[in-house]
Amino acid sequence: MNADPFEPEDGPEGRDDGRGDGMRPGDGNHPRPESGGLRIPPPRTSIEDTGRPLPDPPRAPAPVPADLDHKVLKSLLGAWALAACSAEEAAAVELHLGNCGACADEALRLRDAVGLLHPEESLDLDPGLRSRVLAGCLDRRPPRIPVPDWAAPYDAETARLDALLRDFGDGEWHAPVRLKWYEGDRPVNRRTTVAGVIAHLLTVDGLVALALGLDDPLPTAARTALADPSPTARTEAYWNASRFPPTRAVRLPWREQSHTVIRTVSFAGGGASELAVPYGEFALPLRDSLLDRAFECWVHAGDIADAVDYPYEPPAPRHLHRMIDLAARMLPSALAERRRSGLATPAKELVAAGAPGRSLRLEVEGLGGGEWLIALDSPGAAPSEDHEVAHVALDGVEFCRLAAGHVPPQDAAAGQDGDREAIRDVLSAAASLSRM
Amino acid sequence: MAKDTPPRWDRKMQQRLARGEAAALGELYDRFASLVHSLAHRVLDDDTLADRVTREVFAHVWENPEEYDPKKGSMRSWVAGLTHRAAVQRLRQTETAALADGGQGTTEDMEQKVRRASVAARADYIVTSMPAPLRAALELAYFQRRDYRQTAADLGVTEDEARRRLRLGLQLLSTANEQRPAAAPPPGYGSAL
Repeated sequence: MNADPFEPEDGPEGRDDGRGDGMRPGDGNHPRPESGGLRIPPPRTSIEDTGRPLPDPPRAPAPVPADLDHKVLKSLLGAWALAACSAEEAAAVELHLGNCGACADEALRLRDAVGLLHPEESLDLDPGLRSRVLAGCLDRRPPRIPVPDWAAPYDAETARLDALLRDFGDGEWHAPVRLKWYEGDRPVNRRTTVAGVIAHLLTVDGLVALALGLDDPLPTAARTALADPSPTARTEAYWNASRFPPTRAVRLPWREQSHTVIRTVSFAGGGASELAVPYGEFALPLRDSLLDRAFECWVHAGDIADAVDYPYEPPAPRHLHRMIDLAARMLPSALAERRRSGLATPAKELVAAGAPGRSLRLEVEGLGGGEWLIALDSPGAAPSEDHEVAHVALDGVEFCRLAAGHVPPQDAAAGQDGDREAIRDVLSAAASLSRM
Repeated sequence: MAKDTPPRWDRKMQQRLARGEAAALGELYDRFASLVHSLAHRVLDDDTLADRVTREVFAHVWENPEEYDPKKGSMRSWVAGLTHRAAVQRLRQTETAALADGGQGTTEDMEQKVRRASVAARADYIVTSMPAPLRAALELAYFQRRDYRQTAADLGVTEDEARRRLRLGLQLLSTANEQRPAAAPPPGYGSAL
C-alpha cells in the first residue's frame, strides 16, 4: 500500500486482472498528484488492491484515436476512468486530456474516485448489541414512555428476525420451509416458503393488533369468510387470499405491525397487560400473548434460518426464561384438555381448587432455565413439593423445541425419575402447546 | 432503504425521541444500526470499537434529538455524519495512544491513516446513498467489468445515458476526497444524497 499508484512511470494494467478481488480496509485514499500539466496515465484498474508492482503497459498496437467532439469526450470520462470504453475511445480521451485542462482535472478526480469503490462487506451485527445499545441509552436518559418489560422479548425477537431477513435475496425469500406442530398426538406439517412464514407471523400477530384496536392485516374478503379465528385458519385464509405465493413484500407490513404493537402497548402501559387476546379456542392476557408471539417469532426464525442454512441463536436467557415460564404455566390446562379428549390418563385424585395436588418437578437446565412444579390433576390445584410424584430434567432449548412441536415427546432428551405416566403426560402436553 | 424514507418519518421520529418514547429508540436502531456499525467499522476496522461508536452515536441521538435539523438533510445523513465524526475521533485517539506507547510511525503517518479511513467511510456512505440507477451502473462497470455499451444494454438505457450515469456516479463518489475545514460537516453527508 505504500506505493503511490499514481507515480508517473506506472502504467496501466490489463483490464482482466485484479478487479473485484476486494479492497483492504483503509484503501482508497490515494495521494493526489500535483495538478497541472502532468502527463495523465491511462486509467488503471484495481492493481492497487493487489499490492503487486505495476506491470509495464502492454505494447499492443496503439489504437487509432476515435474522432470525437469535446462534448462526447467529456461524457466518456466516467467510462474511461472505469476502463469501460473501447480502446479507440480511450485513446481519443487521452489525446484530448493533453489539450483540455478542465477535462484533465476531472479525469484525475474520477480516476481517484474509482479507487474508492470496493465490494460491500456484509458484516452481521451482533444480535446482542441492540439490547446493550438501548439499555445504555435508557440509562443516560430514562424514557418517559418505556416499553413495558413484558413486551421486551417480543421487541427483541422481532428485531432479531428482521435483521436476519435484511440481506435475503429472492432465492432466500422463496426457499421452502416446513412448519411442524402437533395436533392431538399427531405430528402435522405444512409446506410454505420463507415469505409464507413471515405472512403467518403477520396474520397471527394480527390477533394482538386486533385486540389493541389496530388494523387487521388480513384482507377484508378473507376475514369475512373466516368462521374460525384460530392462528391456523387465519394463516390459511391469508395464504389463500392471493393466487400468488407471498413475496419479500410481506416483510414491511409484518415489521410495521410489530413496531406499531410495541408502540401501542408502550402508550397503553401496565393497564393493558391483562387485556384478553382471543385465539379462537382460548384467550391469553396481552402480556402472555406477546410472550407467546415472541416465542413463535423465535421458533419460526429458527425454521427460516434452517431453511437458508444460517445460524440462529436462542433468545437472551432472561427472555428464554419467561418463555419457558409461560409454557410451564400453560401445562396444567393443556393436560386437562388432553384428558378431556381421552389422550391423557385420568386424574388420580380429585383436588379441591387451590388445594395442593400431585405435582411434577420440571427442571430446565441451561441459561434461562429454572424449576417449575406442575400440578398434574387439575389446573386449579396448587402445585406442591410435598406431593411431588415425578421429576423431569431437560435443557431449556430442548424444552422449547418440544413445546414448539419440533421434537416428538418420546424423543425429547430428558432425564426422568418417578411416575412414568405423569412424565409421559406432561411431555405430551408440552408438545400439544405447539401450533402452526 | 434511504431512498424511500419520507422526510415525514424523520420529523415524526425526532418528535417521538424528544418525547422520550423508548419504542422510537428501538425503531431508530432497527433502521440505522447497520449503517452506523458498518461506517464505524470501515473507519476503525475493529468490531469492539465499532460497537462502542454505535453505542455513542445512539446515545447522542437519544439524548439530543433536537440537534437534528430536517432542513439540512435526512435523519440518515445526520446519523451518518455523527457516526463519521465519532469514529474518526476514536481512531485518532487510539492511534495517538499507540504512538505515545512507543508504536511505530510518525504523527504524519497517523494523520494519513486517519484521513484515509475517513475518506473510505465517506465513500461507502456515498455509494450506499447515491440514486439506485447510478449505483447499478457503477456496479456493472466496476464489479462486473461490463463496458459502457454492455452496461447500457444491461440497464436498458441508451449508451449516452450509461456514460452519463458512470460519470455522475464517479463525480458523486469523488466528493469523498474533498478536504474540509475541521468545523464543517463532512462532505458526503449533505442533503444532496
